[in-house]
Amino acid sequence: MEIIRPSVSTPQEEDIAEGQAINSLMEQCRSQIADPDRWIDEEIKRNILLTTVDAAIAWARQRSIFPMIFGTACCAMEMISASSSRFDLPRFGMDIIRFSPRQADVMIITGTITWKMAAAARLIYDQMPEPKWVVAIGACAISGGTFRESYSVVPGVNHIMPVDVYVPGCPPRPEAMIYGITRLHAKIVKGTFDNPSLSLPK
Amino acid sequence: MTIALNGEEIGKKLNEAIPGAVVSGTKTAVLVDAKQLTKVAEYMKSTPGLDFDYLTVVTAVDYLEYFELVYRLVSLKYNHSLILKTRIYTREDPVVDSVTPIWRAAYYQEREIFDLFGIKFEGHPYLKPLLLWEGFKGYPLRRDYL
Repeated sequence: MEIIRPSVSTPQEEDIAEGQAINSLMEQCRSQIADPDRWIDEEIKRNILLTTVDAAIAWARQRSIFPMIFGTACCAMEMISASSSRFDLPRFGMDIIRFSPRQADVMIITGTITWKMAAAARLIYDQMPEPKWVVAIGACAISGGTFRESYSVVPGVNHIMPVDVYVPGCPPRPEAMIYGITRLHAKIVKGTFDNPSLSLPK
Repeated sequence: MTIALNGEEIGKKLNEAIPGAVVSGTKTAVLVDAKQLTKVAEYMKSTPGLDFDYLTVVTAVDYLEYFELVYRLVSLKYNHSLILKTRIYTREDPVVDSVTPIWRAAYYQEREIFDLFGIKFEGHPYLKPLLLWEGFKGYPLRRDYL
């Protein structure tokens, strides 16, 4: 009788594979990914006949975005504060915080992303269904912050995924976070039809 | 309050037990020869009156001419502590004996030092990168990195 050996890799092999994955990701992410503003105009041209429907869809979307939190550092504390009763982020429709990327619309990155974590962040971003948005909160997520020159920190999360809204601060106040979310709402509406009253500041 | 032992006295005592082990003993620390580190560590742990059964921290410092390894030992029995130091004078492939077989607490800290300084610990059961990933080039906490 033949014994079937399952192909199980050793921890050593797994470590080497992980290292290769991280190194290849670092090679791929040398330059910044442009912020997703340019394709908005194309979208408008394509969907010009459906503006009324799109307006309704965008309105609905804007008021029920489910966040996928990615709290890796101290900015996460501010986000917890923002989503609790005092600052009350759920009144903007972000009631249900999702811990599964498959049910989320917006990924909120709060904190430093290291290259070891970047692979996981990219995987989670890829698992989120379209349409999806990314909010980078805090100096570390925007540009690497104080750790920008470090050997292990991603110099801005826009190296690994396109970012829609940046909220600066170290860490930003919950009010700033809420303002960032309202800007994201404006962007969601603008993504399907052009509304001057909600346009983003230049 | 933990009593910090005088390094000069301990150094004299140590030099009698293991000749040539102590390079210098100051008030704050005992500097020992890197080749005799295992013997010194065993002596520190097993000698009655010293009984250093607890290693709180292992760390490394890069002084460009040499690497200095710092071990802080504590005896829970007598509630006293001592700082043990050793120096490695090579930058290319520095090797030192591991104290993990004597104090299990050194396991992760020696792995971290191996990771960030590139100092190899001979006799360590599992010397693999702890914080960095496989295939990372260079040793980030060395002063000539970048």
